[in-house]
Amino acid sequence: MSRGIEGAHIIAAVKGAGVGFVVTLPDIVTCDGLLWPMTHDPNLTVVPVCKEDEGVSICAGLSYADKRAILLMQHTGFLDSINAIRAIAVEYGLPVVMVVGLQGMEPDRHPSDSASYGLRTLLPIIAAMELPCLVLEREDQVAQIGQIIEDAYQKSEPFVVLVPQPPLGPEATRSESGRAPVERAVSR
Amino acid sequence: MMKRDAALSLLAQHYPDGIVVPVYQAAFDWMAIRPHPLNYLCTGAMGQGSSHALGLALGCPEETVVVLDGDGSLLMNLGSLVTIAATAPKNLIHMLVYNGLYEVNGRYPVPGGRDLDFAAFAKGAGYAQVFDMRELDQFAEVLPTILSASGPVFVVLHVEQGEVYPKDYVAIHSAESRGRFRQALRARLAG
Repeated sequence: MSRGIEGAHIIAAVKGAGVGFVVTLPDIVTCDGLLWPMTHDPNLTVVPVCKEDEGVSICAGLSYADKRAILLMQHTGFLDSINAIRAIAVEYGLPVVMVVGLQGMEPDRHPSDSASYGLRTLLPIIAAMELPCLVLEREDQVAQIGQIIEDAYQKSEPFVVLVPQPPLGPEATRSESGRAPVERAVSR
Repeated sequence: MMKRDAALSLLAQHYPDGIVVPVYQAAFDWMAIRPHPLNYLCTGAMGQGSSHALGLALGCPEETVVVLDGDGSLLMNLGSLVTIAATAPKNLIHMLVYNGLYEVNGRYPVPGGRDLDFAAFAKGAGYAQVFDMRELDQFAEVLPTILSASGPVFVVLHVEQGEVYPKDYVAIHSAESRGRFRQALRARLAG
């Protein structure tokens, strides 16, 4: 299971693969451990969107300029974006790398075994769309992320990384409630 | 009211070889009026033109990017107005080719028809500059200002059908179109 994965390690892997843009709609699973630190990272440009399918196209546009990006979103946003993913990422064969938080995922379960219909059906949907996918459950899998991104851009094809549990954020951003401290939200 | 092909021909005269993201009916006209490898034809899913253009504008900050959006398309992705305004690319010109119709889907009216105030939408979203163009001579007079403005710029072109051009669906989805654009952009960016 993914509890205990350091967000900083994921971010380092993403940056190490040459990613300069993070296109996102905030997700409670990844916000503290990934999005807020990425927002404060001077080497990453965060592009907030109003709806996740915008992000599919923004990543596509960036790819033509040989700029690498990830699309960071919640699984509901993935589901909402299926037509854009189908056309732009899959049928056009473009390197759209999606990092997807699984909101509501039970600890100690695999997404396929979730009691939630929306989570339980996610992997079958991804498989039906013929999308390559990694369920990021353990720290040792983080080492795969760099190569995944490299391959996606070299082969010009999409990839989905599912994040079932919240990655750990830096000490300053951790809170017992799991919510972002108010001052960070205001400063943004 | 302008004829669409007349408005697009005017744009082509003033903007002969820059990046353009044309969508659906505007794409069919634009391909005939200004065939060019820097036409980004493959937007894939309805409504996504403005978002592709934002990605290009962010990826190519030294190049102007013009998107020729449709009203039905933009209505499907109105949030992109806010995303673009908030991201604020200085090099993006968002032109809305407004005819009040889903022209390629049977000429059925869009919700709101011709009564929508897209200029107000863009102003409210926070575009740096907004132009509402109803007549061709007005567009001709303002176009140099539009093309030199610091973006993001939003332009409503109130149009009606002009000359009818072939609906080349193969071109707007083909791997050849994508490959041609990618090569041309790389060459442009390489200087």
